[in-house]
Amino acid sequence: MAGPSSILGKKEREALIDPLFNNNPIAVQVLGICSALAVTTKLDKAIVMAIALTLVTGFSSLSISIIRNLVPTNVRIIIQLTIIASLVIIADQILKAFVPTISKQLSVYVGLIITNCIVMGRAEAYALQNPPLLSFLDGIGNGLGYSMILVIVGIIRELFGSGKILGYTILKPITEGGWYQPNGLMLMAPGALFIIAILIWLLRTWKPELQEKE
Amino acid sequence: MQREGSIYTVIFTTILCGICSVLVASAAVGLKERQIMNKILDKQHKILLVAGLASPNERLSRGEIQNRYKQNIETKLVNFDTGEYELSIEPASFDPQKALKDPNLSKSAPPNNAGIVQMPKYGFIYLVKKGGKVEEVIIPIQGRGLWSMLYGFLALDEDLNTVKGIIFYEHGETPGLGGEIENPRWCQLWVGRKVYDENGNVKLSVIKGTAGPPDNDPYHVDGLSGATMTSRSVTNLIQFWLGDSAYGKFLKNKKQQGSL
Repeated sequence: MAGPSSILGKKEREALIDPLFNNNPIAVQVLGICSALAVTTKLDKAIVMAIALTLVTGFSSLSISIIRNLVPTNVRIIIQLTIIASLVIIADQILKAFVPTISKQLSVYVGLIITNCIVMGRAEAYALQNPPLLSFLDGIGNGLGYSMILVIVGIIRELFGSGKILGYTILKPITEGGWYQPNGLMLMAPGALFIIAILIWLLRTWKPELQEKE
Repeated sequence: MQREGSIYTVIFTTILCGICSVLVASAAVGLKERQIMNKILDKQHKILLVAGLASPNERLSRGEIQNRYKQNIETKLVNFDTGEYELSIEPASFDPQKALKDPNLSKSAPPNNAGIVQMPKYGFIYLVKKGGKVEEVIIPIQGRGLWSMLYGFLALDEDLNTVKGIIFYEHGETPGLGGEIENPRWCQLWVGRKVYDENGNVKLSVIKGTAGPPDNDPYHVDGLSGATMTSRSVTNLIQFWLGDSAYGKFLKNKKQQGSL
């Protein structure tokens, strides 16, 4: 990948890049599907959700990694949850204050980042064993992997479900005097399931090493 | 101290919780003012939209919204029992949500299909003034939809019968189906329809299928395809809030008195 002039070492790059394709949280680990179905009817919602989750995962991994040698192992899950929950509430408050309309549309799903398996999964599987910088990059990387899928699904669903991208009309729907008959399936959760399944299929065809051995 | 000991665990958890609560509390308190401001602005923007003082494609800054609102809109309270303005309460101090919990300010609603159980005794009315003269009145409407409560505004012309606009600003209906109550094209279909028939009964309703133009078919509005239940809810909430147990009495009084 990048040459020796890169600021990040090999390990750091791996922590950041690996979750994009080789270990994508949605397409490979199949985590965080719930919110991926719920918030991708429109691209702007998907983007805001993606940014919120990326930052929460990054900073939760960072803070958990910093205190990883101090955490009593018998209560570590509770400790992780406390940190994640605090970060999510802060993110929710910031969204409510600065992008009120989108925050209203996202409704409960920002709060549900707390239960998103990606955040907890990275904290438990990575941040507890690795130093802060690496954990932070791993968190951000996993967030970006999630974001990538969310944005792709968001584009497809908004374009074919309502003929728009980011609210700008691309395919003019019949209801607004145009020619395009919006596809209702795209606006329902099953539409997203089909798209995500197709993405997983494409990814596994491109990288056969991701397929399970028979 | 031993890392696995109970005392260590308790101390560690307490400190961590302390730090987290300080962070959460400061975010909540620090951003509260902005959040309340956003809510008020959003409502004011929707009132401007339904009054035709702003267009949906227009991007308005906070200042512009507040300015236009201040210049053109006057808020008053209506007493649902007497059907007159309630002057003993300052409108700015009245909160319909809080009023529902106060037995002095609310009562149980008469039987209705709009899902209203408890209703405040008073309700806001927004007078739209252009050049000092009241040209429209805006009435807040709400009721149960298929999945959620629908909240909106209905604007009436100075004859207190002709619809000038309708808008829904909060709901949780299915996007693309019931959620189409937000669609400006559908809201546009309401303009010019009449609310009351000759006997003063609320006749306006959302029908299944397509209604004629307002001149030929003044009491019907096109139904939303794929959203029969939400369409029916809109009819129900119009029937309730413009009926005699809510704003109907006031509107009739004012029609007789001939002035607002």
